Amino acid sequence: MPTVLILGAGSDMAVAIAREFAGNKYDIQLAARNVASIAPLEQDLRIRYQVQTSSYAFDATDFNSHPAFYNSLPVKPDITIAVFGYLGSQEQGQSDWTEAARILHTNYTGAVSILNVVAEDYASRGAGTIVGISSVAGERGRQSNYLYGSAKAGFTAYLSGLRNRLFHKGVHVLSVQPGFVYTRMTENLKLPPMLTAQPQDVAKDIYKAAKAKKNTIYTKWFWRYIMLIIKSIPEFMFKKLKL
Amino acid sequence: MEKRLANWGNYPAISCDETSFSQEDQIQDFISSHSSVIARGNGRCYGDASLANHSVSTLKYDKVLAFDIENGIFECQSGITLDQILDIIVPQGWFLPVTPGTKFITIGGAVASDVHGKNHHVDGSFSGHIIDMDVITGNQESITCSAGIEADLFWATCGGMGLTGIITRVKFGLKKIDTAYIRQKQIKAKNLEDLIRLFEEYKDYTYSMAWIDCLQKGDSFGRGILIVGEHATPQELSEQQRKAPLQLAQKRKLSMPFNLPSFTLNTLTVKAFNWLYYLKNTKREINNVIPYEPFFYPLDAILHWNRGYGKAGFVQYQFVLPLEKKDGLVAILKKISDAGLGSFLAVLKVFGKQDSLISFPMEGYTLALDFPVRKGLFEFLDQLDEIVLQYGGRLYLSKDARMKQEVFWQSYPNAQKFADIIKTYNGKKLFRSIQSDRLLLTQ
Repeated sequence: MPTVLILGAGSDMAVAIAREFAGNKYDIQLAARNVASIAPLEQDLRIRYQVQTSSYAFDATDFNSHPAFYNSLPVKPDITIAVFGYLGSQEQGQSDWTEAARILHTNYTGAVSILNVVAEDYASRGAGTIVGISSVAGERGRQSNYLYGSAKAGFTAYLSGLRNRLFHKGVHVLSVQPGFVYTRMTENLKLPPMLTAQPQDVAKDIYKAAKAKKNTIYTKWFWRYIMLIIKSIPEFMFKKLKL
Repeated sequence: MEKRLANWGNYPAISCDETSFSQEDQIQDFISSHSSVIARGNGRCYGDASLANHSVSTLKYDKVLAFDIENGIFECQSGITLDQILDIIVPQGWFLPVTPGTKFITIGGAVASDVHGKNHHVDGSFSGHIIDMDVITGNQESITCSAGIEADLFWATCGGMGLTGIITRVKFGLKKIDTAYIRQKQIKAKNLEDLIRLFEEYKDYTYSMAWIDCLQKGDSFGRGILIVGEHATPQELSEQQRKAPLQLAQKRKLSMPFNLPSFTLNTLTVKAFNWLYYLKNTKREINNVIPYEPFFYPLDAILHWNRGYGKAGFVQYQFVLPLEKKDGLVAILKKISDAGLGSFLAVLKVFGKQDSLISFPMEGYTLALDFPVRKGLFEFLDQLDEIVLQYGGRLYLSKDARMKQEVFWQSYPNAQKFADIIKTYNGKKLFRSIQSDRLLLTQ
């Protein structure tokens, strides 16, 4: 059976993605900072879907540990999905560098660090799929979350460059741009129900897109058009908006 | 975040904040930073039992922890719903030991309401099948309890509406099945006498309940249809069904897309519906083998069926009367039929013996019916409460949205003992709901 590695397995999005792939008969490798916390999920996947599962300690911001983490995996995954992310507090990050650095390092530097390692392995094998969960917040900086948004913008650009390079080696890279999703991360935000997806919807879209070797998906799909409009607003107007 | 929240009856609706958790430390953090909270599962209790200014949703705390396929023992976190459990256990030849009329409830909710099913007279309520469970109590300690250990906490948690704490893990025994089908028998009863006689005649069936038409008067007063069933054996299946006896075909679900205007429900439409429902069974007795879903969960096939009662919502009134108080049943049905306030599908069932602290069932007759919320309804229900009290009965807290506190205290014989145990485990009133405040359990 093919294997998928989920980096940042503690989040609601990760649970949904793990269940979607396990339901499609993938063995699942879960990686999270706190391994004990994902033990219930591991059991859950095994019992519900009768697939092989394993858990590993992984800290996105502990860059030096990334090569050893990946090399120690007993089975190299066919698909690697980088789900981890940290919304953080924009307001705090504006004046507190620790918070700002955490936002940047989790969402961008950490993602680059681990995916560099995975990409080398996939390139040498001439096979594999890398999925990066970025965000529509990375498409245009807004005052309410530009620290998070700029890190995701960097990640989106990284994925597109990686895709370009690895295409010639037979490796596929999928960029995922979720809009609003009901998760614990967004629980304290007032989200418009019509525009907000459930983690299971996002997981389904990701599974289908990975299967179909899509390059970039927006989920829900209409976010492509919402972002098109947002990106087309001239800067002299955009800067006056309260977004 | 502030949002509008209501349970299945859409009454009452309140503005409150709801948070969720997927790890135990998250719930610990949340309760240590709040002065009051109530756990909420899938919101299928009808009234205000899981409504409060701060509610904590267990829905993301939904992991299966163990499933012993040899011995039929299931262990899970409290936020998993019964429909997910059925998808896991039925293909392996196991079934829920007890299930209510919807599978869209969480296991934590099943414990907190100590749910009963069509097999109560044989298998009792859900609490009788729990091996052990974990509850985070008011001092933020997670306590493992069962009928044998920490028994007072256990019995005050089963049917205790979340007032002892947050149920986080439940381990319970399953029922062995050979097929995913039910051998069903439906028998028409001319009137209440006939119906009660049929209950007695068919009491050896594992599953039984009756639909009853509350609007009939005279000779057909209380006419209805008794529905009994057994898990089917492979021999009883058709050749087609026998190929995969534990698999059911996926069925498409209908959905009520919006609230119906309140005038769609009146005595005339309810009468017409009940008349059709009774007459659709042209023979006195019908025997067939059907999948378990339509047998146990007929209304789950229509998502959001509660919207049929309109925006103002409805209350489901469910009471139980002791077995020897049959005339109380007649008195209540008469009152409903005289007032012309009957609902679609009123459900009658005979409970068996029940030994527990605060759970709803007791040996006797239980009747459940829906009333759309409208002017004068609550006064009318207060009158019904008086009859229930007079005949030594009580109301189901999971359906309740309006009972006066004295009705609760007079009708539940262990109310004081229950309140005392709540004080032990929830002394600071950390866990409280609009219902528990109304019933003066946490005031």
